Amino acid sequence: MKTVSLISQVIIPLFILFAILYGCIKRVRVYDCFISGAKGGVGVVVRVFPYLLAIFVAVKAFQASGALEFAQELLLGLLKVFHVPIDVVSIALIKPLSGSASLGVFTNIVKTNGPDSLASLISAVIIGSAETTFYVLAVYLGAVGIKRTRYLVPVCVLADLVGIIIAIGIVRFFFHLG
Amino acid sequence: MNTVWVLLIVISVFFSFLNGRLDEFTKSIFEGAKSAVEVSLFLLGIVSLWLGITKIIEDSGLIHRLSGFFQYFVRRLFKNIPPDHPAITSITLNFLANLFGLGNAATPLGIKAMQDLKTLHPGGETITFEMMVFIVVNTASIQLIPFTVIGILADYGSKNPSAIVLPTLLATFLSALFALGILFAVRRILK
Repeated sequence: MKTVSLISQVIIPLFILFAILYGCIKRVRVYDCFISGAKGGVGVVVRVFPYLLAIFVAVKAFQASGALEFAQELLLGLLKVFHVPIDVVSIALIKPLSGSASLGVFTNIVKTNGPDSLASLISAVIIGSAETTFYVLAVYLGAVGIKRTRYLVPVCVLADLVGIIIAIGIVRFFFHLG
Repeated sequence: MNTVWVLLIVISVFFSFLNGRLDEFTKSIFEGAKSAVEVSLFLLGIVSLWLGITKIIEDSGLIHRLSGFFQYFVRRLFKNIPPDHPAITSITLNFLANLFGLGNAATPLGIKAMQDLKTLHPGGETITFEMMVFIVVNTASIQLIPFTVIGILADYGSKNPSAIVLPTLLATFLSALFALGILFAVRRILK
């Protein structure tokens, strides 16, 4: 574990050092290059902003209105049939919507159930193997001004659902719990 | 996205009526607006930073050496992109950044990949199949080691926090495969 986290600490500084030194060796004007590349950043963020705004407002409202809790209760009955811990519902619902909120929910699950419980392990695998789908969609589609997304959104939602089922199955298989 | 957005807003207003949380609803939309600004400011910094670094490795030719062997796989996945198109390189770099859990680098590189993909169909407002493949792989988030999760588990005294690595890796690869499978299946059905 120590070596693994060491590698993750070292990778970005080394990469930047290498990129700059390699540029110097190839006689590239590194500083001017950096500036001209970075100029593009402003345009991208300005273009993405309205899309981000739309999705953030909708997601916050969905949480605050109690609609999220209702959806959780709706799914509870279903999960009881398959002997899946209830906490998994909250992580599965929040993960596609908000990255920071899902880390908060995860920390809470670990705190209440203990780090080696089935609920914590399943949530850990879901967090590690899923993405904040709607954020990714907003940013990437916004960056190039795509308006018609054809069947992308339903496919992503279905894929998220399959991903959660896979995560539950794999944790069951690996840890022989529940 | 239109349907998703309308559903989220309408359902939220409906439930805030039902639960008597109209105040919370109003507060939450302003909070949402605030966090959109915060995230955008954060993005402004890291996107510009990584676009700057990317420009250096582009101009020095390092980009082609870095993404060399991984590109074979990307070319197979995106058969309709000309093999020498810049989109291949930016997609490769985005996948690599995701793989190593460098979320801060992955998003800017992903934006660049989308822009490169767009140059294949300039002016179009309809998504291309290649863009869909790219986004689906990204939402499945293939990652080798989930550092944040391991950190939290360790903080709360897990006996063996890194036991989660192998199951997560397996789950992430399987769900990415399934996601791509669904996408290709839907295309075949609709054709």
